[in-house]
Amino acid sequence: MSTLPISVPAPEMQLPYKGRVAMFTLIAAESAIFTIFVVGYIYYIGQSLSGPTPREVLDLPIFNTIFLLSSSLTIWLAERALVRRAMSNFVAFWGLTILLGAIFLVGTAREWYKLITVDHLTISTNLFGTTYYSLVGLHALHVIVGLILLLAVFVFALMRALRPEDTKRVEVLALYWHFVDCVWVIVFTVVYVIGR
Amino acid sequence: MSESSMPLPGRLPEESAQATGIYTFGNIVAVLHDWITTVDHKKIGILYILYSLLMLVAGGIEILLIRLQLAGPRLHVLPPEVFNRLFTMHGTTMIFFVAMPIFVGFANYLVPLMLGVRDIAFPRLNAFSFWMTAFGGMLLYYSFLGGTGLQGAGTAPDVGWFAYAPLTEPAFSRGHSTDFWALALIISGFGSIGGAINFITTAFCLRCKGMTLFRMPLFVWLMVVSSILVILAVSPLTAAQFMLLIDRYLGGHFFDTQAGGSATIWMHFFWIFGHPEVYVLIMPAFGIASEVIPVFSRKAIFGYPAMVAASVSIAFVSLSVWAHHMFTIGMSAAGNAFFALSTMIVGIPTGIKIFNWLATLWGGKIRFSVPMCFSLAFLFQFLIAGLTGIMLAVAPFNWQLHNSYFVVAHFHYVIVGAILMMVFAGFYYWYPKVTGRMLDDHLGKLHFWLFVIGFHVTFDVMHIPGILGMPRQIYTYEVDRGWGTLNLIVTVGAFVQAVAIIIFVSNLLVSLFRGKIAGPDPWDAWTLEWTTASPPHAYNFDVEPVVTSARPLWDLKHPDDPD
Repeated sequence: MSTLPISVPAPEMQLPYKGRVAMFTLIAAESAIFTIFVVGYIYYIGQSLSGPTPREVLDLPIFNTIFLLSSSLTIWLAERALVRRAMSNFVAFWGLTILLGAIFLVGTAREWYKLITVDHLTISTNLFGTTYYSLVGLHALHVIVGLILLLAVFVFALMRALRPEDTKRVEVLALYWHFVDCVWVIVFTVVYVIGR
Repeated sequence: MSESSMPLPGRLPEESAQATGIYTFGNIVAVLHDWITTVDHKKIGILYILYSLLMLVAGGIEILLIRLQLAGPRLHVLPPEVFNRLFTMHGTTMIFFVAMPIFVGFANYLVPLMLGVRDIAFPRLNAFSFWMTAFGGMLLYYSFLGGTGLQGAGTAPDVGWFAYAPLTEPAFSRGHSTDFWALALIISGFGSIGGAINFITTAFCLRCKGMTLFRMPLFVWLMVVSSILVILAVSPLTAAQFMLLIDRYLGGHFFDTQAGGSATIWMHFFWIFGHPEVYVLIMPAFGIASEVIPVFSRKAIFGYPAMVAASVSIAFVSLSVWAHHMFTIGMSAAGNAFFALSTMIVGIPTGIKIFNWLATLWGGKIRFSVPMCFSLAFLFQFLIAGLTGIMLAVAPFNWQLHNSYFVVAHFHYVIVGAILMMVFAGFYYWYPKVTGRMLDDHLGKLHFWLFVIGFHVTFDVMHIPGILGMPRQIYTYEVDRGWGTLNLIVTVGAFVQAVAIIIFVSNLLVSLFRGKIAGPDPWDAWTLEWTTASPPHAYNFDVEPVVTSARPLWDLKHPDDPD
């Protein structure tokens, strides 16, 4: 009589999705970078030897903030639509997210245009200019990168090339977008509330 | 007993492994193309290691020139400005382009093998990381050729490896020397961060069946801890370098003291990176020690969970000790006390680790092979390095010896006496796995003794001129200071180490062709990398392994007494 080897099945492990872990790690690294710029900004508040000062030239970008933060909501709705494979809803919400992000960028551009032409504040004017343009610029750079990636997914969705197995990837991208929004909350607080 | 799909070592389907190379032009191009475009973690690991060895030679030549200049009082072997360039390049090279990439190389090769998987989580990101690191180093070394070329050492950076502001500001550092430094570190920093993301993701998401987190080999654990520190420490450096470049190219004022900027904040930013960096380097060294010592003591590692916990707590504490590099800038008493105490707290988990290694040795059947010799030297030297570290953590003591050769001796004791020792141990231990041949034992022993003797001659003696008041980074000194003889001894020791390195490198080359055939498991070890062929096939494992304990190979060899 033949015997079967007694096998204790190895405990089934649910390993996390690698994209998610990698994105969280990247977010940790990015947070460290932003921390240094935020610390630099806070450290130099009121240290400029010459004007203009933040109180003189900065306005609260309320609408801009609302646009960017609501894009976190729309991207979440888009994700839910994608999970249900409601592709037209997905395209609508995803497109709305891109639109909101783009409006935010335009708002930043208008703010910078005003600062440079009207208030004559550039990155080399004083410490406020240096820290302000670096911190807000670094965040805007992240918005731009995010928008490019969102746009790529948008094109794929329009071409109906977004397969069900891509859902996980889209969710990872959404994580990045949420991070960019979170950073804005901090930048907003530091630059426009504490620093003004 | 559990069923495992892993074949025992020695029962592997032997391949006619050695591809008989015919050295035609087409073949060479094909091989080169293969290595440059590779995304295989083993090949990238080897690339990292070869690259770091090349850089080790470059950094070594620089330090030998520096030691010649310092061998006696009032010597003029080098012009002073070349001296400044050489010590800057030596420090930058050894930290960023030798110590970091060499461990990334080891980890690249070993982590997937140890976890029983076929590649790292993101192979293309991995290749990208390597080439970024490599281009960073090339950019840094191109600075020797820029400007007035090699004779005046070109436009090599000359601001010291920590590049204190405002010396690095455009007003004081003209030309492009500082730009080379900043750009090289930003570029290689992206490589390091990419590598760290890869290791963390691989360890958490890509493990073979049955490999729970607490069955991972300690080397993998320590690479994870090291990678977390890379994420949290290298990113601030990258940010600070961007600030420096904004100052230099866009007219910013971050570190411009004339416009209200602060030189101190650069010091903070740099050491927020700089101190965890030491732990980035020492963690993989701990990992190698935790693999080598058990195997050559014939005992399982003592206190595996304590080792993991101690590593994580060292990493955690190391993030809040940075200002002990800056006691002399005049912090408040509370600041001094905080950073002195937090630095000393690092000693506790480190002590746990040392005692665990000692307990592993205790009652073991110790084999004094070359990797074990280096590990024992590591234990002893790391202890002394830690003790001088505790001395320097005492703020008033630090005020006396800040920026003296005592500090230089202390951190070289860590980096050479502990980290480089474990790099050597790692080479002797895993060389058979990578090449299929053993490193020559006699040459290895010769390398070990020469290097350890040279090390102690150099760095034991180097503490004394430091206590006598010799500052670091000085070009020369007067006869009446009484530092001459001591410095001569230090220089002699440095050259003894250089001879040992030459023996080591020639051993690497000779053994590649003449070494004893190793077989899959020459050390009778217990982790998964020894179950596969030496060198492993491109796909690592013929069948994906299933493990039931932290020492899968022990279980296979001793089915009656599983772990």
